[in-house]
Amino acid sequence: MQESRTRNFIGNAREALDDGNLQQALDKMKSGFVERRLEARARLPEFDDIRDQAREIKNHTLANLDYYLERFERKVTEEGGQVHWCATPEDARQAILKICRDLDAKTVTKGKSMIGEEIGLNDFFEENGIEPIETDLGEYIIQLRREAPSHIIAPAIHVLKHQVAEAFYETHDQFDPDRPLEEPRALLDEAREVLRQKFIDADVGITGANFLIAETGTSVIVTNEGNGDLTQTIPKAHVVIASLEKVVPTLEDATTISRVLARSATGQEYSVYTTFSTGPRRPEDPDGPEQYHVILLDNGRSKMVGSEYQEMLRCIRCGACLNHCPVYGSIGGHAYGWVYPGPMGSVLTPSLIGVDEAGHLPNASSFCGRCEEVCPMRIPLPKMMRHLREREFDGKTGPATMRTGIKMWAFYAKRPWLYHALAKLKFRVLGAFGRRKGRFRRLPGGAGWTAHRDFPAPQAGGTFQAQWSARGGKRSVDA
Amino acid sequence: MSESRPHVGLFVTCLVDLFRPSVGFAAVALLERAGCNVAVPAAQTCCGQPAFNSGDRADARAIAAQVIEAFDGFDYIVAPSGSCSGMLSKHYPELFADDPAMRARAEAFAARTHELISFLVDIRGMDAVEAHYDGRVAYHDSCSSLREMKVRAQPRALLDTVAGLAREELAFSETCCGFGGTFCVKYPDISNKMVGDKCDDIAATGADTVLAGDMGCLMNIAGKLKRRGSAIQARHVAEVLAGMTDTPAIGEPEG
Amino acid sequence: MSGRESILGAIRQGLGRGALGTAEKDALEDRIAGHARGIRPSRIDTADLKQMFVDYAAKVDVTVDRVASLDDVPDKVADYLAQENLPAELRVAPDPALDTVPWDKRPTLTVSKGASDGTHEVGLTAAFAGIAETGTLMMKSGPAHPTTLNFLPDTHLVVLRASQIVGSYEDAWDRLRAGEAMPRTVNFITGPSRTGDIEQTIFLGAHGPRRMHIVLVEDD
Repeated sequence: MQESRTRNFIGNAREALDDGNLQQALDKMKSGFVERRLEARARLPEFDDIRDQAREIKNHTLANLDYYLERFERKVTEEGGQVHWCATPEDARQAILKICRDLDAKTVTKGKSMIGEEIGLNDFFEENGIEPIETDLGEYIIQLRREAPSHIIAPAIHVLKHQVAEAFYETHDQFDPDRPLEEPRALLDEAREVLRQKFIDADVGITGANFLIAETGTSVIVTNEGNGDLTQTIPKAHVVIASLEKVVPTLEDATTISRVLARSATGQEYSVYTTFSTGPRRPEDPDGPEQYHVILLDNGRSKMVGSEYQEMLRCIRCGACLNHCPVYGSIGGHAYGWVYPGPMGSVLTPSLIGVDEAGHLPNASSFCGRCEEVCPMRIPLPKMMRHLREREFDGKTGPATMRTGIKMWAFYAKRPWLYHALAKLKFRVLGAFGRRKGRFRRLPGGAGWTAHRDFPAPQAGGTFQAQWSARGGKRSVDA
Repeated sequence: MSESRPHVGLFVTCLVDLFRPSVGFAAVALLERAGCNVAVPAAQTCCGQPAFNSGDRADARAIAAQVIEAFDGFDYIVAPSGSCSGMLSKHYPELFADDPAMRARAEAFAARTHELISFLVDIRGMDAVEAHYDGRVAYHDSCSSLREMKVRAQPRALLDTVAGLAREELAFSETCCGFGGTFCVKYPDISNKMVGDKCDDIAATGADTVLAGDMGCLMNIAGKLKRRGSAIQARHVAEVLAGMTDTPAIGEPEG
Repeated sequence: MSGRESILGAIRQGLGRGALGTAEKDALEDRIAGHARGIRPSRIDTADLKQMFVDYAAKVDVTVDRVASLDDVPDKVADYLAQENLPAELRVAPDPALDTVPWDKRPTLTVSKGASDGTHEVGLTAAFAGIAETGTLMMKSGPAHPTTLNFLPDTHLVVLRASQIVGSYEDAWDRLRAGEAMPRTVNFITGPSRTGDIEQTIFLGAHGPRRMHIVLVEDD
């Protein structure tokens, strides 16, 4: 499984905040996705009602997940394909390796897949002498830079165009080293030319899946570039890597969900390519893969069924929660330290790799609630992050000082008379000290606040409760 | 407005109680002008959010039960904060999911709970205030006001009736200021980036005053503005609507 | 225990039940067989789906020529290629639906038939359906419809008959189900290929076609 750097979240975030290139890239995403989603939503008055239906479809599917998975497998088999049930990333890697070895594969093209990241597939291929080629432009860029994706739908969103050019100059030594690569168009055309031949030469093509359809044994990919289609059409074998919650009952169910997918993700009415693949090529077909495999990955998801985190399995990976998250917008995706960044990652990552490893993630949220507001599947992300905090608090795995502080504060908050008596004293003193400047530049024990901000002093005259009772309470202030 | 004067229990909120009592008095004035009888139960401290959001459910429950008890018998419970009223009305019922009797009480309590400005406009029908404020103001939407309590148009509508006041809209008005309760001290660097961006957006409007309905955001924003040496003043929206702006703004020295 | 059994076992444990009984399975099969539709955009309740299709296609950078019959296709295709400064060489899907196109009307056009191996600059295919709600084409694979032609040529020309235009994706599924079994590939295509992966600026022609042009045959 992909290694995690999540324990060092605070340090990662610090680095991200100090990275000028990254901050420039993040600045560019402040408005684009958000505005385009709003416009797309405005153009479809039924949008929110369709979200409700999409949620119900996934809830129904999850309640019958075992049946729909078995049915999906049966249909894939009937159509001449094969489903490989993989409990762990290692099972998945081995199943994929066997398919590649049987075909004597040297190169593998890959469409964008977060499951590929989750199981660390590229490194594994390289260790086994197989060349993996990412074909989504963003994925290709970060593969050249030897980085992980920083966004689930826009993997290279942290990269500026001059950095893309650097990577191309360094890697594409078949071209004139003095060629101009300032313009994005030139970069795109160069990548297109290089990858075109890779598509044609590849032995195996790997894609992810946005949906698996139990009715027909079909896998579905939703893309804009067309790389996924070239990846799966030209090589001898098409291998789909998907986690088990991708299954839905019917083509109509996938269609309903697809109506909120692109609108939430990029603000498009529909993505350019929605491709439904069922089995290998038919005997009379002029093109298409000869083999069709589905790697069905669990990796901890079956244990989320029936738990407080089941709703997370509705996620369709649109990225809207990342696009609207102020924390993601401040630090980008790499700081989160594992495959899935942003709010969806802050719930999914602790569920998959453990709250001990990923305890920071559900805490690093201001609970602004925007993720839940924009989630097309209406996943209550803040509520689940709070559940994770409870698990941490009850399991005493979080920072002890925070725990002690909360307990101490709660002791007083539960005893109003003591609380008010102490507040009256303490805030009179604090108020008297702060009055001259109106604020504190430093406070004992308050460095978390005063490192970056002044701390406003309490108003003169004591607490509201003290003043109110001094006035006898219940007396009009206007009188 | 209705003939009988409803009994309103003011949930002061801990930040108003401790740091800015003038907001509490402004809230009382506005509620009385809206035809309410106002009382302030003494057995209130805090809404319990620090515990709730830190994963300390047991303490959050105990505090919630105490608040519900303290406000028994009021027609309405009103708080000058979207965050605290959101806790009272959206999260108390879920704290008692496994206790049907308390859950029912919490739901009835939640149904009577309102954020101050939306209460004035939506429930009491207030459409104008008699107040004067000389300044260009930018109104900051707190996340919980905006998303949990659906407060957006109401404060803007009332501010537009304040004599002498010019209102500017903030860019990225739906983006969090970075306060987030304990978040701002647990992750100060990230919080600082967020409040820094917010202060840039405030400054870009040309406003001399920033207003909001939540003391948490205001202390965060004021603290950052003052650290930067900005002259922009921060106040709770209730102070301006009540015409009670003779006190120094948040973080400003006395007289 | 195999991966399959352990995964299904864990799911059932989470759901607090064993494998479903016959009655429950039948209910799920009935749900599948029902092909129940969700909410569709009310905008498809219009008298003129053809115009809606053309309008939405235009929003995603597709150009459309309207012609009265297949006889007019060669002229429109030849003019389009000339106007776009493209070679007058066409790779055409071996589709019976296109057999009656009189290509010899424009002798400058060179026409070959079959799938693409990446050496063809211009491909021409017939669509299975046009979906008005987003200006989307539905293509299905088969002997007459090589999938490679939808993706490899730089320019994708499509012949669509007005009678093939439906309101929603669901209407298109119904038409597909009325025919033979599920093909290996069904492509919903909404405009030419594009990417926003470099600094979020949208450029056409990422890996698939750089441009898409539809000749709409008004047989309605």
